[in-house]
Amino acid sequence: MSLVEIHGINKSYGSVQVLKDVSLDIAKGEVVAVIGRSGSGKSTMLRCINGLEPVQAGVIRVDGTQVNDPATNLRKLRQEVGIVFQSFNLFPHLSVCDNITLAPRVVKKQAPQAAREVAREVLARVGLEDKLDAYPSQLSGGQQQRVAIARSLAMRPKLMLFDEVTSALDPELTGEVLKVLESVAKEGMTMILVTHEMGFARRFGSRVVFMHEGRIHEQGPAAAVLAEPKTPELQTFLSAVLH
Amino acid sequence: MIREFGLIDVMYLIAAARWTLALTATAFVGASLIGIVIAIARILPFAPLRWLAAAYIHIVQGTPLLVWLFVIFFGLPLAGISVNPWIAAATAFSVYGSAFLGEIWRGALVSIAKTQWEAGASLGLSLGEQLRYVIVPQSIRVAIPPTVGFLVQLIKNTSLAAVIGFVELTREGQLTAAGTYKPFAVYITVAAIYFAMCFPLSQWSRSIERKLDVAR
Ligand SMILES: Nc1ncnc2c1ncn2[C@@H]1O[C@H](COP(=O)(O)OP(=O)(O)OP(=O)(O)O)[C@@H](O)[C@H]1O
Ligand SMILES: [Mg+2]
Repeated sequence: MSLVEIHGINKSYGSVQVLKDVSLDIAKGEVVAVIGRSGSGKSTMLRCINGLEPVQAGVIRVDGTQVNDPATNLRKLRQEVGIVFQSFNLFPHLSVCDNITLAPRVVKKQAPQAAREVAREVLARVGLEDKLDAYPSQLSGGQQQRVAIARSLAMRPKLMLFDEVTSALDPELTGEVLKVLESVAKEGMTMILVTHEMGFARRFGSRVVFMHEGRIHEQGPAAAVLAEPKTPELQTFLSAVLH
Repeated sequence: MIREFGLIDVMYLIAAARWTLALTATAFVGASLIGIVIAIARILPFAPLRWLAAAYIHIVQGTPLLVWLFVIFFGLPLAGISVNPWIAAATAFSVYGSAFLGEIWRGALVSIAKTQWEAGASLGLSLGEQLRYVIVPQSIRVAIPPTVGFLVQLIKNTSLAAVIGFVELTREGQLTAAGTYKPFAVYITVAAIYFAMCFPLSQWSRSIERKLDVAR
């Protein structure tokens, strides 16, 4: 059974249709790279998957739970679906430890001590165990993004969504975040990444999905799709990003 | 008989200033309790609540405080509800203050980026938890300077309660001036006492702002 099932979703902002009959199935353990031009609907699709945005038609299921059903407990769903944003979105008033433990304590009712242990563990996974008591403003962009990934990992999600998580970073800092993504992928996490890092998509993506004007225009095994794009739109896109 | 304006009168004025402070404190607590509800009602995604809260603010801010003092103090007794000046003043100032605090705090809450709400929601926090753990703590920093600014205004505005016979600093000043025929000396003293109450507050607000900045 697929972990993520998207069937014929339509999404509009006012009269502008942003997603047009999008369907996508993702199996457990897959790493799907979503690429496409600015405005093609990549972020919107991601945000629909964890219920941040409602859809007007179609069905989204994560691990069998229908996301776009008013009866669904989004609070429960979001414990299983982590999302990391381009702009980190750490809580500036909380220490790294509190950023990471807030949801485990409040949502999962973990004891503070146990939550702190989890924080230590996930920080070690992103290589920042010494930053437990730092504040976000004391960290570099790359470190902040790694904390954001650790915060997501602390919830023990089944699925992680990444929306251009390296786009706000300098090239030197991009590398350290990609390394973390790589290790998360190797641990078997199911991931959907919106990314402009074609190299990363090629090496770690089990699949590449190309979005164009609100539709999934082309998709397939990462290496094949990137090496031999079939549609002229993807060819144009790839030659543009690979300068 | 005309008496001198002496030390004893100054002591009386200072004693009356306690009532200015008592009215300010009571009104501030009342205004805060209503104000926080109004501020939150204005930002929640429930349209009817938002309209009600907005209507409340428009009505209160669109009418003079003095008129509300009169309505409560002179009007309610006609309806069979007896009110003393203290109750009337405390009520009127609470309502008046709640509209201002509601607006100030709403502004502070909406100044926090939408992405902070989303980050909280994405971690499974409920709307109330997002407010409590993410939005409110961050907006306090933003809210403190205008809130203290409002408190200073409130201290000065409580002088209006003199018109319904509530004896606070200004009313005591009027009585003293009438008894001594030294209005200039009396009112300068009154002004000095207001200043002594307001100035430290402004300074305090500044020091809190600095501390919060360091804690960041
Ligand atoms: N809140 C919103 N209100 C109205 N229109 C929106 C909103 N969010 C996105 N859009 C529109 O939806 C379309 C798709 O946006 P989306 O953010 O999904 O694109 P994207 O593929 O992620 O682009 P980018 O690479 O620039 O992040 C765009 O045309 C955008 O202007
Ligand atoms: Mg985007």
